[in-house]
Amino acid sequence: MKKRVLMFGWELPPHNSGGLGIACYGLSKALTEKKREIIFVLPKKLENTDSDFLKIVDPGVSYKRTYKFNSPLYPYVTERKYNSTFFNLQEVYGNNLLEEVLRYAEFGAVVAEEEEFDVIHAHDWLSFGAGINAKRKSGKPLVAHIHATEFDRGGGEGVNDIVYRLEKDGMEQADKVIAVSNFTKNIIVKHYGISPEKIEVVHNGVDSSGEASVFSLPHKIKEEGKKLVLFVGRLTLQKGPDYFLKAAKKICAYSDDIYFVISGSGEMEQFLIEETAKERLSDRIIFTGFLRGTELKEIYRMADLFVMPSVSEPFGITPLESLVNGTPVLISKQSGVSEVISHALKVDFWNVDDMADKILAALSYNSLSHCLVEHGRKEAVEATWNNAAKKCINIYDAL
Amino acid sequence: MPSVCFYFQVHQPYRIRKYTFFDIGKENAYFDGDGENNLNNRFIMQKVAKKCYIPTNKLLFKLLKNHPEFRFTFSFSGIVLEQMERYAPEALESFRDLISTGRVEVLGETYYHSLAFMYSKKEFREQVEMNREKIKKLFSVEPRVFRCTELAYSNEIAKEAEEMGFKAILGEGADRVLGWRSPNFVYKPVNSNIKLFLKNYRLSDDIAFRFSEKKWKEHPLTAEKFGKWVSDVNGNGEVVNLFMDYETFGEHQWEETGIFRFLERLPEEVLRHPDNDFATLSEGSERYDARDVVDVPHVTSWADMERDLSAWVGNDMQQDALCKLYEIEEDVLATKDEEMIDQWRRFQTSDQVYYMSTKGMGDGTVHGYFSPYGSPYDAFICFFNALSDFKLRVSEKKNIKK
Repeated sequence: MKKRVLMFGWELPPHNSGGLGIACYGLSKALTEKKREIIFVLPKKLENTDSDFLKIVDPGVSYKRTYKFNSPLYPYVTERKYNSTFFNLQEVYGNNLLEEVLRYAEFGAVVAEEEEFDVIHAHDWLSFGAGINAKRKSGKPLVAHIHATEFDRGGGEGVNDIVYRLEKDGMEQADKVIAVSNFTKNIIVKHYGISPEKIEVVHNGVDSSGEASVFSLPHKIKEEGKKLVLFVGRLTLQKGPDYFLKAAKKICAYSDDIYFVISGSGEMEQFLIEETAKERLSDRIIFTGFLRGTELKEIYRMADLFVMPSVSEPFGITPLESLVNGTPVLISKQSGVSEVISHALKVDFWNVDDMADKILAALSYNSLSHCLVEHGRKEAVEATWNNAAKKCINIYDAL
Repeated sequence: MPSVCFYFQVHQPYRIRKYTFFDIGKENAYFDGDGENNLNNRFIMQKVAKKCYIPTNKLLFKLLKNHPEFRFTFSFSGIVLEQMERYAPEALESFRDLISTGRVEVLGETYYHSLAFMYSKKEFREQVEMNREKIKKLFSVEPRVFRCTELAYSNEIAKEAEEMGFKAILGEGADRVLGWRSPNFVYKPVNSNIKLFLKNYRLSDDIAFRFSEKKWKEHPLTAEKFGKWVSDVNGNGEVVNLFMDYETFGEHQWEETGIFRFLERLPEEVLRHPDNDFATLSEGSERYDARDVVDVPHVTSWADMERDLSAWVGNDMQQDALCKLYEIEEDVLATKDEEMIDQWRRFQTSDQVYYMSTKGMGDGTVHGYFSPYGSPYDAFICFFNALSDFKLRVSEKKNIKK
């Protein structure tokens, strides 16, 4: 039995920008409930991440020996290559990201020397360098967990070469690869040349505790008998908010009683707001910015239908969150969560006509939305982190 | 003894095409899907005729010629006959050839293969009458035995059948109906004076469902083996009721499974035992007395493990669909518009709600039906969009009349 897990992540709630932090948190919690000890490593000090069940380690930790890690060099990249790819990376991922990734990789080696553990579990490319270094120092097995690949993030608009190579390197050096869906496993086999036997699928879960009493909050718009269709996600090509907008446009021309809420932030935000204004639909399509916690829960509960039109979605926890909050979902077929939820409306993300048709049907026919919620909610509640943790433990112990 | 009573169900629905919310108010050709896909009724009819109806009829014709004792029974929905007339006349012709031998019986049922008996007795009787006329016109025979859609059966349905003049009725030999009793005898409904034939579901499903199942311990099923099983009934039964979809031959069980070779050898293997023979349902009801009375207050059917109607009325969507459909009965009939009444009745075909069934979804067990839609939700959406348009047209007509 491998009791102690050295886990490399990138973020944790409430400092999450998306699903990765939520997934790491949910999985770690379920693992500790199964008597596994988790040393959760973060690349930098985050406030309010103290947890009673995780031992959190970040570069602010004081070990007996002192370490210096500030060199932004990565062993696999030549200087010329580094400069050009780093430049691209800055455009996509913002300043200093690669620097942070490289520093984190070094920190991985330090942690490996100081901590006691039986297995290493690294989440996504940002932490793979740290995972690999920890494996080198300790000789312990490494599990590379893929929550998203570079082929998903671009939304089909090009792949960053250095990220791709970091991902591939992580999966090659790992003893086992975990994919969040068969959808993602296929991408890994096809684009990264990893043997299917090396990959295990572990679907994400959702924390449905405390969601037992589903209620709808009163709101002005709802009081007037209007219907609300919800999008929650980063406003990037990958998540397909532009397809949501197109479907909304089509429906607005058809009915006056349907409102659309776009919740999230990202590089497409301005574009989407401008498009909405151009169509003179700013009163019907509402942008809320990034929501979390109670506000997010409230908006889920207010909505009559949740739509996830992702272009390429390795998993997609949001539809599960919507269902446990009692709101039916329409999801793109290009998603991992589609493997878990059969009681959902499903469309190809590009098929805006089909999307609009199904949104209207879900809002018009009560028995349809009833059936979707009644059965879909059961499926969502059964998709627990407990199941995911069980599978992870089997993987650890088989290494 | 025993007599093998084969009954084959011949039916194809009018599937609703991909009908969107945006078509409402603009388009009323609900059943005219086109393209090479499973929502094109012409395409399906021609495919089934080629793979099943024509080759199986040819084989059965040969078997009738070679075995003077061979007999069997068909039941046709009116809408499968209509579609054959239109899209596959050759298939219809070959059914005629079989029936004109006088050794092939045709049962009575509802023209639209509907569940109308649950929602409107008047509509139910009307459809049974329509089917009777269609059978008479096409095959010059008069149905004398009744089978209800999906082998639905209850005391109430039996009573209806008796009142409509039928001499016998078919039902499922469900365990909860029979208890310790065997399906291999003729029975009598508790409340009416007609004969009742109950399906031997083990032997029927050995052919219809398990025939090509490689994990089944009896696979491969040979005619010889099956003939022995039939002979085993000797001394402990008088009839062996083998009820199944006709599409079993060549469509559900593909030619490659050897289903045709099995059928070809079956009569001689059954007749190998001198006490065995074949009978149509009418012959069976004349030859054998009812051995006991059965009481079936709740409707049974031939579907799933439950053998009830849950595959058709099990969820909210299905109940909503049927409820909204029958609630406009009077308004539809009042239009006196033949085409609209016909459309309304096509919506009633049991397949339409069957496609909306969510039974077995998500728990890994695949529901053994063939739906032309991507999911039960897609089926519901097409149905309800089309029905919404239809309802608008009905109320328009009503308002004009006022």
